[in-house]
Amino acid sequence: MNANAFKAKDYKSDVTPIWCPGCGDYHVLMSITKAMADLNRDPKDMAVISGIGCSSRIPAYTNCYGFHGVHGRSLALASGLKVSRPDLTVLVMSGDGDGYSIGGNHFLHACRRNIDMTYIVMDNRVYGMTKGQPSPTTEPDWDSALSPGGTGLSPFQPLVIALASGANFVAREFSGDIKNTTKTIVEAVNHPGFSFVEILSPCVTFRPDERAWKGAVHRASVDETDDPARAARRILTDDGLNTGILYRGKRAPYQAHVKDEAGDAGILDARFKV
Amino acid sequence: MKDMPGTDAPRGALRLMSGNHAVAEGARLARPEVTPVYPITPQTPILEKLTELQSAGEFVTEMLTPESEHSVMATAMTASLSGARVFTATSSQGLMLMHELLHYAAGARATIVMFNVNRTPASPWGFWPDQLDSLSQRDTGWVQLYSESPQDSLDLVIQAFRLAERVRLPVMISHDAFYVSHAVEPVDVPAQDLVDGFLPPFEAEFRLDPDIGRSIGAPVDQATWNQSRRDMAEAMGRVIAEFTRFGAQWGRLTGRVHAPLQLYRTEDAEIVFVTLGSLAGTARVAVDMLRRAGMRAGLVKLCLFRPLPAEALRSALDGVPVALVLDRNYSVGTGGVLHQELKSALHGTANATRVHGLLTGVGGVDVPVEQLVDLAQEFRERVPENGPIWIDGHGR
Repeated sequence: MNANAFKAKDYKSDVTPIWCPGCGDYHVLMSITKAMADLNRDPKDMAVISGIGCSSRIPAYTNCYGFHGVHGRSLALASGLKVSRPDLTVLVMSGDGDGYSIGGNHFLHACRRNIDMTYIVMDNRVYGMTKGQPSPTTEPDWDSALSPGGTGLSPFQPLVIALASGANFVAREFSGDIKNTTKTIVEAVNHPGFSFVEILSPCVTFRPDERAWKGAVHRASVDETDDPARAARRILTDDGLNTGILYRGKRAPYQAHVKDEAGDAGILDARFKV
Repeated sequence: MKDMPGTDAPRGALRLMSGNHAVAEGARLARPEVTPVYPITPQTPILEKLTELQSAGEFVTEMLTPESEHSVMATAMTASLSGARVFTATSSQGLMLMHELLHYAAGARATIVMFNVNRTPASPWGFWPDQLDSLSQRDTGWVQLYSESPQDSLDLVIQAFRLAERVRLPVMISHDAFYVSHAVEPVDVPAQDLVDGFLPPFEAEFRLDPDIGRSIGAPVDQATWNQSRRDMAEAMGRVIAEFTRFGAQWGRLTGRVHAPLQLYRTEDAEIVFVTLGSLAGTARVAVDMLRRAGMRAGLVKLCLFRPLPAEALRSALDGVPVALVLDRNYSVGTGGVLHQELKSALHGTANATRVHGLLTGVGGVDVPVEQLVDLAQEFRERVPENGPIWIDGHGR
């Protein structure tokens, strides 16, 4: 990768992040900018889209085109962009509140639609920006001032849902493991269709217990698969902390009806050639 | 709010608290049975305080945190229509996400009380006091009240339930982000007995209940839909009288009267400020300064915005030469919402007040007292323009 024209710093803006000290999202920012450098794409050819929350501040911290959108709607916003500009590499950044709660419905349909984009969710199992309410991925017995005695609710299972809904690439990483996170993001971007990368990213302010993730995460003991049934079986034994690529599917990505193709018999001929 | 010296109303506990915590205390005293809330800046301290009160056993309610504000309003609506007293709170984007269901809730005659913290709508992103979020919901069929202070907010939450359940319309109360939501002031927290005496338990006359064979939400023909709006108009038509009556009753109990329209030193005024929300506090101080400097200034504050107390406005402005409408909101392409509403209320009457629409504090820029004093002097003799006039606030 030494021959690359771009370095990770070329993708960083001069805006200083205002996340809390120790937040996992700093590492995610490092990983995505390193991945961008490995992908060796001009920052102007990449777009970073987000919704609302701590995670969604990322577009401003990169040098790419970006859109800090409304709460929960990052995938819908990104879909509009990608069908209009298929030439751009689209990264969608979200969190467990934005992506699984208010935006949960969009998640299902983005997986189904399989537009070529990469969805990165920084999961800290808490609403950090509004100061510590339980999120969809919060453990049911997490006892806090804002969820006395715990919510008692079954946590949202992002990987299961992505797989069941048709995502073409499903992975989990840990923010502190920059090397593997970077590699997986590169793989996710290069894989056609809708790629989903869940990143465990601790919120040390409202979930100090998540500091223990560093010692608890481990690489998955089984290899990735292109068989949804095998991937589903692996998820059944998931402890929530194993990392790596789970599934790399073969579904053809959504094809936007781009202007150039309209009425171009040559392109159509090439596509349907047997 | 007007203090009533001479009443021997029992005082509750005077405590220092923010506007948002005062809202939560008001909600606690009103005893809602269901409270769905989704957190959003700058409303979140309301949710925090409610959770704290619930955890301490002082707030007995079913609290839910659904997955979005849209779901909050859906939850609130069915809970309300099955006979529960329902409270919720939101702000800006959350309120606007509810928009579809605001119409639905009002049409279904759900008696929900909602507190909204006025904040700039995106985009661009901002978290500043601006009333466009709630004012742009003016056609949804919700009664709208505006609070000037933490005390107002507590008092209005309790009265809003009485009003909603009386006229069978949902009620929204708003206060300005940070200026009221986070500002800490002494607040008289009435005793539970006092509130229970004022606000009896909710007995839903119409409710979703298989035992009484009633269902809600069926598609209707044109004439029935048409009739539904006439019914809502009839209910809206009763709001001013009922709110005035309940306000007087609350005044006898607490010494604090909340009239739909509240007048300050307007009797002989040659110029008045007309506004709602926290700007009223700033304007009141400006009135006193102008009076000391020899100008007969006054203040007309709207506590009730929807329905607009049009009669009271016409009467308050009768014989007043100049009115300066202070709008902390801007409806793009038209002007300040209160300015439009006031002109509409005066149109076709013999009223000769020269009405100036001043866009003060849009986007949360600060409006100091001295600026209002200067504006009164500047606009006193000017011929009004038809449209709005942008006023540069402090910080712009």
